[in-house]
Amino acid sequence: MELKKNKLHQTPVWWRRLKEQVIEKFFLVHGMLAVLILMGIFSLLFIEGFPAFKALGLKSFFFSTKWNPTSFVQESYGILSILISTLMVTFGALLIAVPIGIATAAYIADVAPPRVREVIKPVIEVLAGIPSVVVGFLGIIVVGPLLSRLFGTSNGLNAINGSILLAVMALPTIISISEDAILSIPQEYKNASLALGANKWQTLIRVTIPSAMSGIIAAVMLGMGRAIGETMTVLMATGNAPAMPHSFLDSIRTMTATIAIELGETVQGGIHYRSLFVIGFILFLMTFFVNLISDLVLEKYQKVNR
Amino acid sequence: MMKINWKKMNEKLGFSVLRLATLVVIFILFFIIYDIVSKGISSVNWEFVTDKPRKGMTEGGIWPAIVGTFWVSLVTVIFSVPIGMFAAIYLNEYAHQGRIVRLIRLAIRNLSGVPSIVYGLFGFSLFVLMLNFGLSVLSSGLTLGLLTLPWTITASEEALKTVPMSYREGALALGATKWQTIRSNVLPYAVPGMLTGTILGLARAAGETAPILFTGVAFFWPILPKFPDALFKQFMALPYHLFIMSTQHHEIVKVRPLAYGTAFILIVLILLMNTVAIWIRYRFRKKYKRI
Repeated sequence: MELKKNKLHQTPVWWRRLKEQVIEKFFLVHGMLAVLILMGIFSLLFIEGFPAFKALGLKSFFFSTKWNPTSFVQESYGILSILISTLMVTFGALLIAVPIGIATAAYIADVAPPRVREVIKPVIEVLAGIPSVVVGFLGIIVVGPLLSRLFGTSNGLNAINGSILLAVMALPTIISISEDAILSIPQEYKNASLALGANKWQTLIRVTIPSAMSGIIAAVMLGMGRAIGETMTVLMATGNAPAMPHSFLDSIRTMTATIAIELGETVQGGIHYRSLFVIGFILFLMTFFVNLISDLVLEKYQKVNR
Repeated sequence: MMKINWKKMNEKLGFSVLRLATLVVIFILFFIIYDIVSKGISSVNWEFVTDKPRKGMTEGGIWPAIVGTFWVSLVTVIFSVPIGMFAAIYLNEYAHQGRIVRLIRLAIRNLSGVPSIVYGLFGFSLFVLMLNFGLSVLSSGLTLGLLTLPWTITASEEALKTVPMSYREGALALGATKWQTIRSNVLPYAVPGMLTGTILGLARAAGETAPILFTGVAFFWPILPKFPDALFKQFMALPYHLFIMSTQHHEIVKVRPLAYGTAFILIVLILLMNTVAIWIRYRFRKKYKRI
């Protein structure tokens, strides 16, 4: 009771309670902002894109390969070819980045001595921080000429180039999340395997990595999300040909690159402008579901390993 | 005997493959840095850094792009750091596990996966058109602020997590309210970690191109307005300048040294920020180990 005379306690209790409540609500509002922003992006893209969708119809968007919004004869808004181009470079990127990424993660988490790990981890972080425009620049100047010499094509700005660059962009994500997954496997699992006479390699391949599989899948999904959404590298290094690709040696144009190139030239509120928002909306949905799936996988795996 | 040898060989071979993959990743980073630095350094001199582009951007320097990147990053930080910090304080200090927290976390994770070009579309539609900020430093900075928000929140939360529970319990046991506890016993110790996250987020924002494409970046904008007029003007930015110089310029081969120089400055800037951030975190961790 003596405490009540203390200066700190001169303010009435109800006032302090109210103040605390207000402060808590203040922080809550900021937390909820993330939800609001996500919903805002969803609805704004939808509102801006919907009229084009309504005017052109599902069929001309998804089942036509012809993207030619500025044609004088007949404008066409088929996104099939740019959608397939996006999926193609993403697939190519994962083909490169997944094996390298998982192997690196396994090395960092399971094989490397602590000292080496201390060095490699910042390297991965710095790689994640390299701007995509710099990677795209090197794609034009270094990877492009290399590819054209290798395959005898006139220039190296094609889907392979894009895939290689996207792999570089997706690697840090895949490595760091797979590494977390592998590190979180309890030592008992490994000890049990080692006690049965398996060596470290067998333990890694047959016990540790399979147990970490869901985390690794989540890592791959997130890497895929990055590759789908990457803009500058594919804009610079894939040659910008909005046609149906037939092979990895073709020049292509992805969904992201199409938005980047064309939005500046469109009339606000026109069909072309709105159709670019439709592409943005589809991109948003694609990455949203990729993230959601990886989220669900991660959650399940955290429950199993607890 | 033979079998054991096979097993050993397998192990050796397997580990070498893993090591090789790691070396490939390290090689990629060092190749990027080496190529840009070795070919870019010869174009960089005092004039290149402090002059504006001249003669249709075939000569001169990149000063306006450096200034533009600085202003935009400043807006980004002012917008995203406080919000990120407050959100992290809610998540780590106040929230109880439940639906709302799960929803917020889901939103944060999804926001970090939204493609940067989609942020660009959103920023264009919201800031440039609806709020009528026009093509400007402000629109671009806010767009990048939204983009970096998930990172700022996550980094701030990580920083708050490193503060030992006993610090909070000590204050609470003395009768301090929750907010008093956070203010006096949690935040001061979490600041270095938050700083690390902030700088890393800033480095990413400074290198982003896609979100600023439609929200205010300009091909050529040599005027350097004073603050706060600069906020509502278009600007040049380092990453966009590099993009222009390497793909859109009418004399691409001739301006290649300028492109390399721009890439050099951009890379050095970002590496510097990364190094500072990693260094702060390193010191911070060491300090905690001693406590």
